[in-house]
Amino acid sequence: MNKEERLIKRYKAEKRFQFYGKAAIFMALLFLVVFLTKIFSTGYTAFQKTWLVIPVNYNADLLYLDPDKKPTTEDINDADFYEFGIETFISLDPDASEDQIMELKKMFAFTFERELKYYLLDNPDSFGKTVDVKLTASDDLDQVFKGNYPRDIPENRRRASDYQLKIFDKLDEDGRVISEFNASFFTNADSREAELAGIASSFMGSLFSILVCLSIAFPVALLAAVYLEEFAPKNRFTDFIEVNINNLAAVPSIVFGLLGLGVLLAVFGLPRSTPLVGGITLSLMTLPTIIIAARASLKAVPPSIREAALAMGASKMQTTVHHTMPLALPGTLSGTIIGLAQALGETAPLILIGMVAFVNTIPGTPMDPAASLPVQIYIWAESAERGFVEKVSACIMVLLFFLIFMNLGAQLIRHKFEKKWN
Amino acid sequence: MNSVIFLTIVLLALSSYFFGRKKAILIQSNKRLTALPKFYGYYLAIWCGAPAFLLYALWSIFEPSIVRFFILSDYSSQGLLEGELNLFYEKVKSLSRNQYSGELTAELQRSAEKYLNFRDIAKWSKVVIVLSLLIASTGYAYTKISKNTKTREPVEIFLKGVFFLSSLAAILTTIGIIFSLLFQTIEFFQVIPLFDFVFGMHWYPAKAFVRDASEALDPSMYSDTFGAVPIFAGTFFIALIAMCVAIPIGLLSGIYMAEYASKRLRQYAKPVIEILAGIPTVVYGFFAALTVGPFLKDLGLSLGLEVSAESALAAGGVMGIMIIPFISSLSDDVITSVPQNLRDGSYAMGATKSETIKRVIFPAALPGIVGSILLGVSRAIGETMIVVMASGLAANLTLNPLESTSTITAQIVVILIGDQQFGDPKTQAAFALGLSLFIVTLVLNIVALSVVKKYREKYE
Repeated sequence: MNKEERLIKRYKAEKRFQFYGKAAIFMALLFLVVFLTKIFSTGYTAFQKTWLVIPVNYNADLLYLDPDKKPTTEDINDADFYEFGIETFISLDPDASEDQIMELKKMFAFTFERELKYYLLDNPDSFGKTVDVKLTASDDLDQVFKGNYPRDIPENRRRASDYQLKIFDKLDEDGRVISEFNASFFTNADSREAELAGIASSFMGSLFSILVCLSIAFPVALLAAVYLEEFAPKNRFTDFIEVNINNLAAVPSIVFGLLGLGVLLAVFGLPRSTPLVGGITLSLMTLPTIIIAARASLKAVPPSIREAALAMGASKMQTTVHHTMPLALPGTLSGTIIGLAQALGETAPLILIGMVAFVNTIPGTPMDPAASLPVQIYIWAESAERGFVEKVSACIMVLLFFLIFMNLGAQLIRHKFEKKWN
Repeated sequence: MNSVIFLTIVLLALSSYFFGRKKAILIQSNKRLTALPKFYGYYLAIWCGAPAFLLYALWSIFEPSIVRFFILSDYSSQGLLEGELNLFYEKVKSLSRNQYSGELTAELQRSAEKYLNFRDIAKWSKVVIVLSLLIASTGYAYTKISKNTKTREPVEIFLKGVFFLSSLAAILTTIGIIFSLLFQTIEFFQVIPLFDFVFGMHWYPAKAFVRDASEALDPSMYSDTFGAVPIFAGTFFIALIAMCVAIPIGLLSGIYMAEYASKRLRQYAKPVIEILAGIPTVVYGFFAALTVGPFLKDLGLSLGLEVSAESALAAGGVMGIMIIPFISSLSDDVITSVPQNLRDGSYAMGATKSETIKRVIFPAALPGIVGSILLGVSRAIGETMIVVMASGLAANLTLNPLESTSTITAQIVVILIGDQQFGDPKTQAAFALGLSLFIVTLVLNIVALSVVKKYREKYE
């Protein structure tokens, strides 16, 4: 091999190596794109909800109410809307057999009684008249309408029967199937029925846990960082604390779950499944992250600031509290937000302390049982119904939105308020 | 009641701040102050609030166990088991809240009355003692202020003490972790021999289901149940698959970022890749279970291979994607900190850029890169949600990436999800697994951090 050939070979190797590097970056970016596309393409439909608009005859006889008198709120509340609903559904297909009536009923979410009642309560004038009422479609039909369910497979492998599809198509032709923004996804608590399940309870659970986490982790971490950076004598014990913090930052999150279970629940007897315990567990987990960020920003405050304050006769404590800490605050805050964003996405420790319970009420205080957004993702992902798949993706979208929002906030604080010392 | 006491303490402390400051201003009229008036206020407020709050907190923590001791002391001579005593005490408590629906016995009724009585005494004595301590300590501080003693130093020492206590939080957390893991693990090894756990080949914790506590004392039923070898093997196997994805991609992109990338590409691509590290793991788990698992299964079918829908490959591969940014940004840092004169020397000898990287920079940066890989491995071992959702839950001992395996973290979740009974070997097994996980990741982290630290010192 002569010199030129060798050189060409070496240049080729150079090109190849560069290509590998580019390919690696491209792969990493590709994963991200595939990932986000997949989540968004399965999830965006969950923000739409399918309604069936059907004619309802608020006939006094069907409701067993007095036709000559306008019913009071109490009368309507006492009335039986189940039978009434069934009668209404039969009017969609008067020739329906007994089994077909059950299928008709299953086309609607089981809340149809409540929906019929509230419509009448909101529109008392429609009493005795036939009006169009919007009812929530069952999740099977919802999925069919959104095109997530194939219709061409044999009937016995489908959730929606041929008969239901026939009625549904007839309604669709009449323009009686409408799709609207799914507000109940944000206002409902969890439910076993996919069409009714919402993220309100888990959102509140996450909010409470994060607030508890913030109110414990931020002050403790800030003070600890100040002590280590400004006051601690250089000795073995201080080194020990430092090593401890660094190691704690890398302990797997599930171990903190075991800590919460073994100490907070078993020894201190705090209530299970509550955001209070979840928040405390998460705060122990985020503590090292915040301490490390706070120490870095305390280190970045130039000594001249401290020296100037000391020269003016301030004590060490006054120097720290009046001058060093405020200057280190932006860095600490952005570190705190990043730590909280991590805590917000954490699932495993919350599962261990029992925040996976099925909660169909919206928690009002941190002492009520609750789930959290990531745990809600886990719960829904484990359930088999197709309707939950899009809910999971939508819930992920909400979670990612908050994470992006928090990270941008952290960036903003850092750029806007942090002083650059040169 | 508790919140009333707490609020009272806070309000009194706040008002004593103003009171102390006013007193200082009064003193100022005929004597020179030893500190700014506000320090007199702080001094009084601290003496007012801190001792009372401390007593209040300690009381609240220890009251339940003391009351429990008094109630159960009547029955301690009857030779009841710990579990039965617990059950009885729970019954007493629910009866005292009028929520008890079981069978009423005379004993139960008597104890419930006693319980309510104790609670009442405890409540009022708490109020009286806390308030009298508050008055006493405030009075002491007030006489000190009146004599115009130094106030700034004590206040600052107090603050420093609070700072110091906060810094102990990290140590307390570590102690808490070790305490909770070790305590349960020791109990576990009293039933299951350590040897069976570390070298046993079969893991079927479901077999260890017991109906009541007396059954749990028979160790023979646990033979061949808690052998952790399949789990340890599965954990390292999945971590290995993850690293097979993460190391090449992470390392190459780190090198490219550090050595080749233009400033613009670095500016944009680096944060975008780091998004991968910020995505919650449960989201990766969902992705692995819903998209990657079925995709691999279909791919396997078309190639004539039998792939489990919950294969180790799906979980490990997705976990690898998650770890890419850790390795890429750490190795990027490490490579950038290699001194420029090493590069210049290599270029001067006529080496191309890639030759310089491969023969000079990479060996020089190797310790740091090894450190970053070790940190990645420790993350992979401790990762939970991806494995729980995408890999199997049955512990198979296999080296086939297309079959399903289970890991330490997944087993902990499987055992502890839902209601747990403390004192049950199954629950304790989860803590034993947690302890092994803690030890392994701790060792990995210590080694990795010290390697990286040594490396940094070499070039700084």
